[in-house]
Amino acid sequence: MDNIFDYKTDTAWCPGCGNFGLRKIVMSALAELEIKKESLVFVSGIGQAAKAPQYLDVNYFNGLHGRSLPPAAGIKAANPNLTVVVESGDGDMYGEGGNHFIHAIRRNPDITVIVHDNMVYGLTKGQASPTTRKGMKTPIQVNGVFEEPINPLALAISLDASFVARGSVGEMEKTKEIIKAAIKHRGFSLVDVFQACVTFNKLNTHKWFKENTYVIDESHNPRDRQAAFSKALESSPWPLGVFYINENKPVFEEELAPYASGDRKPLYMRARGEGLIKELLSAKK
Amino acid sequence: MAKKKAVGKTGKKTAKKIISPHGVSIVLAGEAGQGIQSIETLLVNVLKKDGFHVFATKEYMSRVRGGVNSTQLRVSQEPVRSYVDRMDIFIPLDGAAFERYKNKITKETAVIGDKTKLAYEKTINIPFNRIASEFGNALFSNTVAAGAVCGILGGSEEALYDYVKSVFARKGDEIVKSNIGAAKSGYEIGRGLKAEKIVDAGPGKKTSTKESLLLAGADAVAIGALAGGCDACFAYPMTPSTGVFTAMAGYASKAGIAVEQVEDEIGVINMALGAWYAGGRALVSTSGGGFALMTEGISLAGIIESPVVVHLAQRPGPATGLPTRTEQGDLNLALYAGHGVFPRIILAPGDTKQAFELSAGAFNLADKYQVPVFVMTDQYFVDTYYDTVDIDASKAEPVRHITETKEGYKRYALTKDGFSPRGIPSFGSGLVCADSDEHDESGRITEDLDGISKKMKDKRFKKFDAVKKAALPPVLTGPKNYTRLVVGWGSVYNTVIEALGLLGDRNTAFLFFPQVYPVPIAAKKYLEKAKTVIAVENNQTGQFADLLSADTGINISQRILKYNGMPFSVEELVRALVKKPGKAAGKRGKNG
Ligand SMILES: Cc1ncc(C[n+]2csc(CCOP(=O)(O)OP(=O)(O)O)c2C)c(N)n1
Repeated sequence: MDNIFDYKTDTAWCPGCGNFGLRKIVMSALAELEIKKESLVFVSGIGQAAKAPQYLDVNYFNGLHGRSLPPAAGIKAANPNLTVVVESGDGDMYGEGGNHFIHAIRRNPDITVIVHDNMVYGLTKGQASPTTRKGMKTPIQVNGVFEEPINPLALAISLDASFVARGSVGEMEKTKEIIKAAIKHRGFSLVDVFQACVTFNKLNTHKWFKENTYVIDESHNPRDRQAAFSKALESSPWPLGVFYINENKPVFEEELAPYASGDRKPLYMRARGEGLIKELLSAKK
Repeated sequence: MAKKKAVGKTGKKTAKKIISPHGVSIVLAGEAGQGIQSIETLLVNVLKKDGFHVFATKEYMSRVRGGVNSTQLRVSQEPVRSYVDRMDIFIPLDGAAFERYKNKITKETAVIGDKTKLAYEKTINIPFNRIASEFGNALFSNTVAAGAVCGILGGSEEALYDYVKSVFARKGDEIVKSNIGAAKSGYEIGRGLKAEKIVDAGPGKKTSTKESLLLAGADAVAIGALAGGCDACFAYPMTPSTGVFTAMAGYASKAGIAVEQVEDEIGVINMALGAWYAGGRALVSTSGGGFALMTEGISLAGIIESPVVVHLAQRPGPATGLPTRTEQGDLNLALYAGHGVFPRIILAPGDTKQAFELSAGAFNLADKYQVPVFVMTDQYFVDTYYDTVDIDASKAEPVRHITETKEGYKRYALTKDGFSPRGIPSFGSGLVCADSDEHDESGRITEDLDGISKKMKDKRFKKFDAVKKAALPPVLTGPKNYTRLVVGWGSVYNTVIEALGLLGDRNTAFLFFPQVYPVPIAAKKYLEKAKTVIAVENNQTGQFADLLSADTGINISQRILKYNGMPFSVEELVRALVKKPGKAAGKRGKNG
């Protein structure tokens, strides 16, 4: 069956790229959630992953490298009724956009952030990303990466992020369900998704991800922050699933003055009387 | 209170006769945190309510305690709107304050303060602290000082006590009573100094300023933005742009504004673009270094053809420079910020009325032409305030330029004039795709170099035409048949006008540019008429003069530039204009 979010065009991705799998997963999740197309906005930065919205039939704001999160929050500030999904690469999100990542978690807008985590810079041809494993050699890191990779999940949980999960393109069904839960969740949702870069990452292949991950079982309580943090520190194999949920956080747009009363009317539908300006001016008498 | 006898005497009884067409200039100086701000606020409000025209500006060090800060007040029977060198009354609250400004003392200056603290023989002794202590707390010394100035200027006692009451009411009756006592004590000393002509500084007749507004440049920008329909404000604190941000936060609940302090200026500009994309009208407020961080975002606005309004409050650079000082040094930065070719609009208000109207208008221009619009001010401008009756709320209203989309909507549809109707998500059935990559009409990425990619470049370029044609014309003050033309932009406006009034030269007129870019087409005509063009700019090289020369082909070699972090004073501008060529021969005019 055709997916209504499908947009058929020539893609810039390599044959076999994990982006194709994730695209399918995202489209099915959206269709199953029956989201109204007009009120859905995708936001992305720059990179191969960040091109994802280009291949969907959706509203999108395809901004600057590393800068997907600020406009996403700006969109929620202007219209809290829009469903906002951010899709970008690990370099874009955790490297160039690292500061925004930290503060967007604190700000907690109701958005879903899907990170295509291929552990490498794809578009710029194979340099190390913040999630590249130690030891991997690249044309720049010629002796191998010596820096400790970022652990996005542990970082997010340490910031008490509202929803923290990891998927993998190798686990289509599971990842689709995670993304659906993330979109339904009220607040900032991070879904870091393992996927292969078939051209520039010869270490973390489809097969490697399959062999080095496992799905978290029912016994994990995502409302237990300590347990979630321990899970996030696990490696070889890496856990997949929902690590952490905290529903009790104030949501950015709901805290903003225009919506504080519970009125969610978008800004463009509001008018301000001349009376108010007169009043502000005469207070200066 | 027998001790009071010593008060208010210089020892030698020298009359300080002050004759001035422009009222009285009072300089208060002291450490940060010593309370000169509260004396200023008290005096300005009381004297304005009492019927005088008032003006106040401050200069301060980049520190929270200590150092020396100062405030200049001007009080007059005529409107006063610019900074002067002259000090008729100087009130240093401590020795350091005295030292910093003593070179500005002339034989007309009445230095008032605690004689034991000031190494100046002619100090007119009012020991503010000691008097305040008599009312229970040395902290009331500010009230004593304000009372004394009020007494010297012949302000009404009633207005003084009413105001003191309103300020201290929430602290309880006891405090109100003590402060009124302190104010009264100061007032009587001041009145005595005036009666005995020890300080004879008359601001002139009282007029009716009760209904006029007292607002600083920052207030005018903020309220103007709201009048233009601003409904979101994002910023990262940076002096001197923070005043506008603070004002917006203060109005947020009342006016329904989405206000957020973002993690950095890169986040600020990108958040603002997101808000505009979804139908908001966002303002960002920033200064040099912060704006420098925004430049990639400005470029993004260029390619996605997004409106955005940037309040850029200038301070001296490079880098952190002089954080709390003033300069008109960021014009080139605003002009060239962002890679690639795309139109923009730069406005620069010269007074609070223009700040109100231009800030409001900025939103409509940005929305209409889908371009970034800058409102450029500086530290002197945002921190300066004076009474005005010119601001008219009905002069500004938001005009929205968004379209309800239909299925198949194309955000970047090619049109004759380059403007594509701007849709926003969920208003209509179309999809809105904004793309920082070069894109086709529907906003999809493209590398069709000689096809749609080039067409998009041409489309954006076409917009320059309409934006240029719509540029606000310059404003001429002075003789229409001038042979010498002073040109200026931004905060020099009032100072040039007052200086030209004093100069009274029938050959010289002033051409002010409320819009500096695109340079209005009319500029050339005005410049061609003059034998001599003199640019007055608060920067080191004359950035606007360069722009104007390049645009009109008329070389502007005469430049009066100041770049020490302070604004021009009226007197130094008069002196500089006298020295420049082209002045009419003979005596000064009647205003001189
Ligand atoms: C300001 C800026 N710096 C650098 C770049 C170049 N650049 C584009 S994408 C990218 C990294 C891409 O890696 P990632 O985000 O992991 O995405 P992927 O291509 O692997 O999907 C870089 C460095 C840019 N476009 N803008």
